[in-house]
Amino acid sequence: MSKSAGTPKVANLNDLLAVAYQIEIDAVDRYNLLADQMETHNNPELVKVFRDLARAEGIHGEEIRRLAGDFDVAAHARQIAKFERSESPEEAELGSAHYLMTPWHALQLSLAGEKRALAYFTSIVETAKDPKVKTLAAELVEEEAEHVSLVHRLLLRYPKPSESWADDLDPPVSQE
Amino acid sequence: MSSVAYKQADYKSDVKPIWCPGCGDYHVLMSFGRAFAQLGLPPEKIAVISGIGCSSRIPAYTNCYGFHGVHGRSLALAAGLKVTRPDLTVVVASGDGDGYSIGGNHFLHACRRNIDMTYVVMDNHIYGMTKGQPSPTTEPEFDTALSPGGTGVAPFHPLVVALASGANFIARCFSGEPNQTADVLAQAIKHPGFSFVEILSPCVTFRPDEKAWKDMVHPAPVTETSDQGKAARRLMTDDGFNIGILYRGNRPPFQPAIGASNVDLSELEKDFEL
Amino acid sequence: MAASPSISIAIIGSGGAGALTTVDSLLETASAAGWHGLFTRTMGPQIRGGEAAGLLRLAVHPVECLPDRFDLMIGIDWLNAHRFGAEIKAGPQTLVVSDPRGGDLPPMVTQSGARVVEVPMKEMAKAIPDGRPNMIALGIAARLLGFTVEQAFAPIEKRLVDKGSAAIAASLAGIKVGFGAAAGIDFGMQLAAPTPSAARRWLLSGNEATALGAIRGGIRFAAAYPITPATEILEWLAPNLSKVGGTLLQAEDELAAINMIIGSSYGGTPALTATSGPGLSLMIEALGLATSAEIPVVVVDVMRGGPSTGIPTKSEQGDLNIAIYGMHGDAPHLVLAPQSVGDCVFTTQWATYLAETLQAPAIILSDQFMGQSRAAIERPADVAFIGARSIASEISGTYMRHAMTANGVSPMAIPGTRGGQYTADGLTHSERATPTSGAADHLAQLDKRRDKLDHFNFGDHWASIEGSGDLAVITWGSLTGAAREAVERAAADGIKVRMIAPRLLTPIQPERLAAALAGVKRILVVEQTHGGQFNKFLRAHYDLPAPVRVFNRPGPLPITAGEIHYAIAEWR
Repeated sequence: MSKSAGTPKVANLNDLLAVAYQIEIDAVDRYNLLADQMETHNNPELVKVFRDLARAEGIHGEEIRRLAGDFDVAAHARQIAKFERSESPEEAELGSAHYLMTPWHALQLSLAGEKRALAYFTSIVETAKDPKVKTLAAELVEEEAEHVSLVHRLLLRYPKPSESWADDLDPPVSQE
Repeated sequence: MSSVAYKQADYKSDVKPIWCPGCGDYHVLMSFGRAFAQLGLPPEKIAVISGIGCSSRIPAYTNCYGFHGVHGRSLALAAGLKVTRPDLTVVVASGDGDGYSIGGNHFLHACRRNIDMTYVVMDNHIYGMTKGQPSPTTEPEFDTALSPGGTGVAPFHPLVVALASGANFIARCFSGEPNQTADVLAQAIKHPGFSFVEILSPCVTFRPDEKAWKDMVHPAPVTETSDQGKAARRLMTDDGFNIGILYRGNRPPFQPAIGASNVDLSELEKDFEL
Repeated sequence: MAASPSISIAIIGSGGAGALTTVDSLLETASAAGWHGLFTRTMGPQIRGGEAAGLLRLAVHPVECLPDRFDLMIGIDWLNAHRFGAEIKAGPQTLVVSDPRGGDLPPMVTQSGARVVEVPMKEMAKAIPDGRPNMIALGIAARLLGFTVEQAFAPIEKRLVDKGSAAIAASLAGIKVGFGAAAGIDFGMQLAAPTPSAARRWLLSGNEATALGAIRGGIRFAAAYPITPATEILEWLAPNLSKVGGTLLQAEDELAAINMIIGSSYGGTPALTATSGPGLSLMIEALGLATSAEIPVVVVDVMRGGPSTGIPTKSEQGDLNIAIYGMHGDAPHLVLAPQSVGDCVFTTQWATYLAETLQAPAIILSDQFMGQSRAAIERPADVAFIGARSIASEISGTYMRHAMTANGVSPMAIPGTRGGQYTADGLTHSERATPTSGAADHLAQLDKRRDKLDHFNFGDHWASIEGSGDLAVITWGSLTGAAREAVERAAADGIKVRMIAPRLLTPIQPERLAAALAGVKRILVVEQTHGGQFNKFLRAHYDLPAPVRVFNRPGPLPITAGEIHYAIAEWR
């Protein structure tokens, strides 16, 4: 299976804008889902972290929409931007969530997502034939690299928690 | 096996069956007696457990210990008996309605659990006790009062389900061949784990067409296998009339450990003491 | 400061704050020091990380019910605490210790007039490496209740033994910080010293007590299908049955579970299953079979809110009707109800004995409150009730499984016994167990199964009958403790009240109840149902010799001693 199997085909500038837009929107949805989970499980600190991350990705999405001008990037994204074999690159991994997770864990998820997005746009720079696509992809790579270093900076504020971060002496609740 | 020689008649009670004359289940009752005699099992060491339906009437017609329970649950009742009384030979009798419809879930889990018992399903492709409604093995076009013009639903393949669920011995018999059926039953009883024997047992009252079964059945053209993959292919493609032992697995039977009974009960209280 | 015979404390927290562990360990501390106590919990709908409250009542006397109001509440946080706020009452006397960063105080606090003291438990915990706010809360509670740091720490140390020394040190540090923080807090209450007693002390849940009672009564096989709030019975039996020569089998569903225990019992091994309302509904058909075939089995129903899935984690007494009337046909059987955590041992043991003796199914109606509460109690006394089934071991001639006998109980042949072969049957049968549809056999066997229960002498264990007076409170099950306390409080007011709580619900005991009610002028029926099932049951089967009032309310709100006391006082 080739590395790009299951990822949307990017043939022109509009395709790339649509895909980049979709990646941000997917990330927004995922962070909001995680924030909802944390709300249900009474982890208010993480609710805030995930909502902030969702907001940041939403702003990126809007930037791309503006960049596309009159072109309806959202509609085009619905047509072409489907990641069939894998999750959308910037989506935080659902399986890594935990009700006792700390901001450090959330930032690790975010970092991994930013790196996947970086790798994805890098691969487009490497394979694109259309110079306009190449140029925009390179800009997106730069942007994602900036996000990666932003997350690294944020991580300085939130050191890795101790080994026992997931300890809960209370038993799980038997519900039904 | 035993110092006492038993005859088929030793396993027959004086209760007279209510089955219709011509019913295949008479033959099955005969086969039970022959199989038990062949194995030399004392009647009081056998328990025949059943649910509801024509076939489930069989325990009272034997001279063994029996249980005629509620509809569909014979395998569960037998499991509770066998794990606490591993010394008994447990034979469960059922039909296609009792065993495959209302008792379907227990069938899956009895196969999976693989407790040492023999499950005999007398399959006549119809509910006889309630006057001829379609069962899970009834052909889709078979017309009944409850399914005018046929059910339109494909029948269930019990042997395949048994194999997929983990049964350790799978055979098909025809009631009209009581000696061969007795041989297969004896082997099923002897084989460790959960043995499943489907006996085609015609219903002369609601399925007179099944009289033709005696000409349709034929010995399985292949020898028995212990290979699940091979057995799966054979069972999926067979015509429903292959007679014989079709699969003989080697999974160890499940018997939960029964601890020593000499522990003083005050030992258990230590959990609670401060 | 006057010493109080009883103090109640609630610790509330969410998202894995550890409120339940904190309260459970406080119970252990108090219990080791000689107090009685009861710990129950209330929780949100999450499996992990939900909002939870540990509720604890400590006293110098046995504790069988929750308090009317809590004396001390510690809110590690108040996130979503309003969800169960109605179950935790505060009053003007209540001291609330609250973390200022724990969210808004819930209405149960703000509307109570309680005194609120703020302690930044989260911040204090952050200052300790690996510190946890619940250990701060434990330190606060320990000081206010009059325990030392060492007493509070002992049960925590035991729990953390596998977590290593760093975790243990962090917890101890947390308790000390909390203990220090409580120095300036005036609780205004003090727990009276416990009465010294030489009795051995136990700490256990009603579900564990039920399981122990079953083994004591002779149960050696259990079939298990998980369901809240009964699963702990089965989980305790799984390792312990195998220590006493028994075994447990996990069933594929409740239909299988009930049939498995019938199979086991038919084979001579006394058997039990435990479930809750939805499972009991599925078991009813086979309970009719056990009645007809005279196979003893024991089914424990740990009741929860119903109908349907209802409120699985909360208590209610709504399964009374199905337990008594659920079966089709006329199917006399035993229905019993334990009255406290400790009584779960006795009632289950007795039920097992009765089922085995009378060759009939017994349904035990426990409930979520009793089943899942943990209580510090004195070790329940050993009793002689051990299942002794009438067995036909020497058989000559034709064996009559359902032979007519003087007491209606016929010796049972166990498979393997030569000459005893018979087929147990759910069909109407003759004395020989052979199927019949004859009117005479049908009537004879119906009579037999009814009479063997009706004519049996159940003795004084059939009910708790306490006090005297012309007002009688009739209640049952886990409400017995609250009713008992209400009657005591009324007595303190100079109002004499008697309390009657049947442990044996069926077969009914008309003469015994009539004797217990002799001379009453008023009857107050107390039950935790919406439809007044117990009142209807009493009225259908007993002649109640005086006017009746009913105090009934469905779960999940517990019915308190104070409310029953009020209902008594109101009816003078």
